[in-house]
Amino acid sequence: MNNPNKGLTPTKPPLWNDPTVRAVVFQVITLLAVIAFGWYLFENTRHNLESRGIASGFGFLDSTAGFGIVQSLIPYGASDTYGYVFWVGLLNTLLVTVLGIALATAIGFTLGIARLSKNWLISRLAMIYVETFRNIPLLLQIFFWYFAVLRNMPAPRDSMSLGDSVFLNIRGLYVPRPIFGEHFSWVVVALGVAIVAALLVRRWAQRRQEATGQPFHTLWAMLGLIVGLPLIVYFLSGQPLSWEVPHLAGFNFRGGWVVIPELAALLTALSIYTAAFIAETVRAGILAVSHGQTEAAGALGLRPGLTLRLIIIPQAMRVIIPPLTSQYLNLAKNSTLAAAIGYPDLVSTFAGTVLNQTGQAIETIAITMSVYLALSLAISTLMNWYNKRMALVER
Amino acid sequence: MSKLQHCALSAAILLAVAGTAHAGATLDAIKQKGFVQCGVSDGLPGFSYTDDKGNVIGIDADFCRAVAAAVFGDATKVKFTPLTAKERFTALQSGEIDVLSRNSTWTSSRDSALGLNFTGVTYYDGQGFLVNKKLGVKSAKELDGAAVCIQAGTTTELNLADYFRTHNMKFTPITYDKSDESAKSLEAGRCDVLTSDQSQLYAQRIKLAAPDDYIVLPEVISKEPLGPVVRHGDDEWFDIVKWTLFAQVNAEELGVTSKNVEQMVKTSTNPDVKRLLGVEGDKGKDLGLPNDWVVKIVKQVGNYGEMFDRNVGEGSPLKIARGLNALWNQGGLQYAPPIR
Repeated sequence: MNNPNKGLTPTKPPLWNDPTVRAVVFQVITLLAVIAFGWYLFENTRHNLESRGIASGFGFLDSTAGFGIVQSLIPYGASDTYGYVFWVGLLNTLLVTVLGIALATAIGFTLGIARLSKNWLISRLAMIYVETFRNIPLLLQIFFWYFAVLRNMPAPRDSMSLGDSVFLNIRGLYVPRPIFGEHFSWVVVALGVAIVAALLVRRWAQRRQEATGQPFHTLWAMLGLIVGLPLIVYFLSGQPLSWEVPHLAGFNFRGGWVVIPELAALLTALSIYTAAFIAETVRAGILAVSHGQTEAAGALGLRPGLTLRLIIIPQAMRVIIPPLTSQYLNLAKNSTLAAAIGYPDLVSTFAGTVLNQTGQAIETIAITMSVYLALSLAISTLMNWYNKRMALVER
Repeated sequence: MSKLQHCALSAAILLAVAGTAHAGATLDAIKQKGFVQCGVSDGLPGFSYTDDKGNVIGIDADFCRAVAAAVFGDATKVKFTPLTAKERFTALQSGEIDVLSRNSTWTSSRDSALGLNFTGVTYYDGQGFLVNKKLGVKSAKELDGAAVCIQAGTTTELNLADYFRTHNMKFTPITYDKSDESAKSLEAGRCDVLTSDQSQLYAQRIKLAAPDDYIVLPEVISKEPLGPVVRHGDDEWFDIVKWTLFAQVNAEELGVTSKNVEQMVKTSTNPDVKRLLGVEGDKGKDLGLPNDWVVKIVKQVGNYGEMFDRNVGEGSPLKIARGLNALWNQGGLQYAPPIR
């Protein structure tokens, strides 16, 4: 009884009852179990592959592929390696992804704004578009464009032509290919100079407007610079540009650039489908900006176009960007549906043909999955950076 | 139980279960489940094709029935898995199917690096070209610059590139997963030529809307021995599949047919026939099968010649001549080691 506080002093609990120790122990056990399980899976697979005599490892990437690919952005021949096929497939995937994102964004923004238009017809048309394309499975849309639309083009010998230089038939769209002469680099330099000059003009115009309130015809001045200067240099340097026009030789057109129908169908379907979702995102973003902002802008005397460009869109972008990122990721991943119509993307060339010719399913699928993971993470990073730049900076 | 404990426990259970799970011998597994799981094509007339009654018919499908007859004495104890050219080997490697009978070409890399064993040749084939008559092409050497439809992941894809390279010609490959898509693309004019094994070209042609508008060019640019495939690592099962085909070929050579097989069991005095039909010796038992295994195969599916005629030969719409697939003593290549 001489120490009434004895019961209140914290006594150290035994080790097995100490919450901190317990937490650490359990985490270590779990981690070990996970590692052991992963190791077991890996060893089991390796053992089974070995016992069945299935080749493993990444040595196959150096063997000759020996098959053709219909579209390749880098020069490719049947004597190149499987490793090279990987790059051909990856570039084809990136091509359709980048073009798809650009197109889907353009269509999506236009439609999203159109859906909020005061014009009854325009807003209804935008609504019908969104509700139609958003609700039909993407694969069916790809089939529609490929089998129902592009399959009904004329044969090469009855091609539709535009001025005997652009041809459209069942094999694709053939356009002239530019051949750059030796002085063409001057035109490129001129274009660079023009762009820098145009940016300077814009900065000067902005400063002047801030200082004096006088607007300047910035857009026209910039356009004049960027188009005019290279044109002048082009004629001065003796028109160093000629065109290789496609021509019918034997069964097919030769020369020029060709957009194959597989690419056209995939790109159309991907961008139209994704645009419907982007349109809804954009509409939601614009509606999220309070109506008071529009009224305030009106009270200040801004025209509706300017209100949209200077007041609404910058604020709406903060709401739009995060879901927009998801749509871009979806588009990149949906591009794997290419395999259904024979567009030679990464999945159909590498995870398809190469896998089948080498039989090394685990390696090829692992490589392909990591590529899509990396691609998606890259898109996310880029969009997060953009999002941070657009975010509201509180002072 | 805390979440962590729960996780650790489930991991431990998984480890224990997975540790004891070992793949048994293929034959035991098949007997236990009661049927042979057989990989066939996704629709190729004459080889494996689903008819309007839902039956899978064709020489490849019939071979699977012969294996089922050998194992169970009942040719109907078989289930079919339709596979595209791209899927077929992975399905076999992973154990999804027991035997792959899907007009697959026997090559060294498939026999070694893919971890597979070809058990024989059910059909000696070669790669050819199918073109529209309108093109006016008479020989494959006139195909420079053509757009060519092919099936992804086949030997034909490789032969085609080799052929055009050796003849210094250019081509545009249009690659599809399914043979039907290739045929439709040829019809629509997406490509000028369809290339595949010649047997397939005849089979594809009768599926076109106007078969008479198309011709098969005379060139045969490759050897394509087509046969059934099993996994590495189970010699017993490999032997069973291999000797099922040999038994069918031997039966044809010895004149044993589905009509006379029961008669032969009772009356034949030929020692070769007696051994084949299990009247003498334990040839079936040696393989782990009943001794009357060949009787069941021939009775229910037929000998090799019957199987050929019914599906791709004179008795079928394809009407392909025996050619290379005639018996060795009739000018062909079909030759089976003796049963003794």
